[in-house]
Amino acid sequence: MSLLKLQNVSTFYDKIQALRSVDVTVKEGTIVTILGANGAGKTTMMNTIAGLLKPKEGSIQYLGKDVTGLRPDQLLRKGLALVPEGRGILASMTVLENLEMGAYHRNDAEVNADLEKAMDRFPILRERQSQLGGTLSGGQQQMLAIARVIMSKPKLLLLDEPSMGLAPLIVADIFKIIKEINEAGTTVLLVEQNARQALKVADYGYVLETGKVVASGNAKELLQDDTIKKAYLGH
Amino acid sequence: MLIEQLINGLTLGSIYVVVALGYTLVFGVLNIVNMGHGEIFMFGAFMGVIVTNSLGLPLYVAFLVAIIVTGILGYFLERFALRPLRGKEGVSHLAPLISTIGVSIFLENAAHHFFGAGNQPFRTSFSELNITIGSTTVYYVQILIFVIAILLMFGLTFWLSKTKAGKALRASAENLAVASLLGVNTKRVITQTVIIASAMGGIAGILVGIAFNSVNPQMGLSFGLKGLAIIILGGLGNVRGAMAGGLILGLSETFLVAYGNSGYRDAIAFIAIIVILIVRPQGLFGTSTSKSKG
Ligand SMILES: Nc1ncnc2c1ncn2[C@@H]1O[C@H](COP(=O)(O)OP(=O)(O)OP(=O)(O)O)[C@@H](O)[C@H]1O
Ligand SMILES: [Mg+2]
Repeated sequence: MSLLKLQNVSTFYDKIQALRSVDVTVKEGTIVTILGANGAGKTTMMNTIAGLLKPKEGSIQYLGKDVTGLRPDQLLRKGLALVPEGRGILASMTVLENLEMGAYHRNDAEVNADLEKAMDRFPILRERQSQLGGTLSGGQQQMLAIARVIMSKPKLLLLDEPSMGLAPLIVADIFKIIKEINEAGTTVLLVEQNARQALKVADYGYVLETGKVVASGNAKELLQDDTIKKAYLGH
Repeated sequence: MLIEQLINGLTLGSIYVVVALGYTLVFGVLNIVNMGHGEIFMFGAFMGVIVTNSLGLPLYVAFLVAIIVTGILGYFLERFALRPLRGKEGVSHLAPLISTIGVSIFLENAAHHFFGAGNQPFRTSFSELNITIGSTTVYYVQILIFVIAILLMFGLTFWLSKTKAGKALRASAENLAVASLLGVNTKRVITQTVIIASAMGGIAGILVGIAFNSVNPQMGLSFGLKGLAIIILGGLGNVRGAMAGGLILGLSETFLVAYGNSGYRDAIAFIAIIVILIVRPQGLFGTSTSKSKG
């Protein structure tokens, strides 16, 4: 069953068209990755799905319902969460407050237990819990961004370049965590420059070029595809 | 004498703090200076005069009425002067500022119309009551003003740092997009912030009215400008900065009047702005790299 379905979606910045009739489907339980060069429209697509941008044409279906035009906070309540490009850490709030904000929309009794779990999973966050978010290193901020979004218990998790600017070892960590999150039942839509690693964890991939989907397929097939190899895998 | 001046300075300073907090909260979430805040504050002062002097009701009723009326004014300001301009393509970033200037002119004229142009006294049943310890005289009114201001400061600080709604406001102040991705209905937070800031302005209006025993339609401008000076002094959008800036200004004005030249009293705020902008443009508590919210 498809969890998310974009049909014919076009998004504009003023007069500049950044998405051109995009069709993308994300099946429940899978990891889907979006590849593309700088400026291809990946962030625009993620922000459109998460409700930060309104598409001018087309429709977005989530959980079988039309959600086109809903606000990000409304979508989050339905379980659709985005870690935006640049991570979106609240720099002037503490690590603990950032984590608490992840559970902002929740009123259940498990919030505190989940906080503990998050800090058990990422001990560095427990250690730094009263430090301001803005004072964490890039890698720590990414851990915080992921821990925070887990606090919101998403059904569909959108990650926009989670490995951006991180050292290879930490990147490997991030991909491991993404896999874990997925195995725990969360569907993942992943934008990455690290095409090879992204395709290795993903089930399915789309390639964007100047706002259009130019290729798509099973991740394994894309890894073997000659044009993709040349353009995105570096040989 | 010294202690008396200190008390006078703290009283004035704590009033300034309450005025400045109204600006700083709105600046925090909207990144605009609400030029209508001074006039909303003035409406609060007039509500105080009407309720206590004209209707003869007790002071706490005056506070309640002022909070309600200025809160409603704040709602209208946000709903009709700011919201229509938000997120529209091709709207200049100066538009909301100009729009709030329009509101301020409108409110000042409305005040002329409804309340008259002149000064009105603001007497309370305990205006003259005081206690004298040694050579130091303290008026009950001063104590009342100080206590209310301190309660507001602590209340606001507690609310911002400990409650879910307060945290949502701080998150929105730092980054509206991120806050909404975290599930915050930012539209509602913005409206709520302008209402809270305006209600604080209403309370400040009554405090000023009592402190100076005088209320008039022009008072919004002079106090508004001081409030602006304070938030520049303390760092735009910074709550702690507004508190420190307000107290510093109140104390230095009082001491200048007592030991120096009272003619320059109103100049201090603006001299302080000039010095701060040269020495520390981000304000006492502001950070230069990003806008900081305390
Ligand atoms: N706020 C904006 N205003 C105008 N144009 C924009 C804006 N944001 C993005 N664009 C344009 O839209 C196009 C797609 O940008 P987008 O950020 O979606 O690309 P991307 O694939 O995420 O790139 P990157 O890999 O560099 O993050 C680009 O041509 C970009 O210049
Ligand atoms: Mg991008």
